[in-house]
Amino acid sequence: MYTQAMDLAPKEERKALRSAEEAALEARFEARIDDGDFIEAKDWMPEHYRKTLVRQISQHAHSEIVGMLPEGNWISRAPTLKRKAILLAKVQDEGGHGLYLYAAAETLGTSRDQMLEALHNGKAKYSSIFNYPTLTWADIGTIGWLVDGAAIMNQVPLTRCSYAPYARAMVRICREESFHQRQGYDSLLVMMREGTVAQREMVQDAVNRWWWPSLMMFGPPDKDSVHGAQGMRWGIKRISNDDLRQKFIDATAEQAKVLGVTLPDPLLKWNEERGHYDFGPIDWDEFWRVVGGHGPCNKERLAARVKAWEDGQWVRDAALAHARKQATKEQAA
Amino acid sequence: MSDVRNEWPLWEIFVRAKSGLDHKHCGSLHAPDAKMAVQLAREVYTRRQEGTSVWVVKSSDITASDPSDKGELFDPMEDKVYRHPTFYQLPDSVNHM
Repeated sequence: MYTQAMDLAPKEERKALRSAEEAALEARFEARIDDGDFIEAKDWMPEHYRKTLVRQISQHAHSEIVGMLPEGNWISRAPTLKRKAILLAKVQDEGGHGLYLYAAAETLGTSRDQMLEALHNGKAKYSSIFNYPTLTWADIGTIGWLVDGAAIMNQVPLTRCSYAPYARAMVRICREESFHQRQGYDSLLVMMREGTVAQREMVQDAVNRWWWPSLMMFGPPDKDSVHGAQGMRWGIKRISNDDLRQKFIDATAEQAKVLGVTLPDPLLKWNEERGHYDFGPIDWDEFWRVVGGHGPCNKERLAARVKAWEDGQWVRDAALAHARKQATKEQAA
Repeated sequence: MSDVRNEWPLWEIFVRAKSGLDHKHCGSLHAPDAKMAVQLAREVYTRRQEGTSVWVVKSSDITASDPSDKGELFDPMEDKVYRHPTFYQLPDSVNHM
């Protein structure tokens, strides 16, 4: 999902360098990147690198926060206390991931309020996957297995991102994300092995609906990806969209067999020669429709976020007023 | 650009993984005051028993060395190998010293 941020950005012309001094700084920066060095918040960096990162990290953060909504939808309806506790923990993790990432983006000079405003007024994007509805309990397991599985594929290379605060946040996130995928698969496994016919059909239906949107999480094909090359050059992106997607399909096809579900692609077939699974064409028109705001839940998701923010305003204000009052009291004493 | 006056201040969070170890920086968060910062740090950074103690420090209270002074500050130690015990070759019989 996170590579989407880069692909969705408008293509910008890089500004011509202004001075010899700046050219020298940029040359030194590029050399550090080439050496595999990490860039820290206070280090000099080209404006375009900074902007690209702010965009990518904030959109990644937004995805974590909006991603709480489709799953939060099922907390009160989880089938057992155990599953409810697991789901609560997972949704709390997503909130935590959003916070690590917002903090990483803030080191680049943007503010939390600026980022939230961009999300709320629709200027900033989040992963298109969260604009699909969670219709049954099987969707929750399927999201863990496929959506978090795809997210992990995307995120593991980011632990080696050249921007250190982002890389550090990603290390923490990846460590926690593994639980998300495993609990999802485990939940589906229980339904497939111990469930009724209706429950097994529910799992298959959920897999049918989430499969293609999950593949879209890796972003458009490399040939249509406008920012890929620069991202690779700067060590922000390490593996191409198509390579990650193929890796995900190869891993998931085997997991589907163990689970006992089929993946909804008649062209999905092991290719001995390539050493990979072949797969059918992805409907990129659907992807762009959803990204453009016309997915099944775009309006609902954004409205829920804005409402949560506005409803919480009095709490934030009260906490701040209390803190200021206490500080004044202490000063007076 | 939005009005940021009412944003909660930023705090740096340090967590002691277990008793006997030092507190280590693990990230930052926004909180209205120190008490809330400790509470939120617990929720954000120790959901899996990652810590037994938390320090919070207002980010604006931290003074850091300038990255452009890195060479001047730290490179002089590069050629002072005699500060390390391994610099000294002693006879085998006493080399465990």
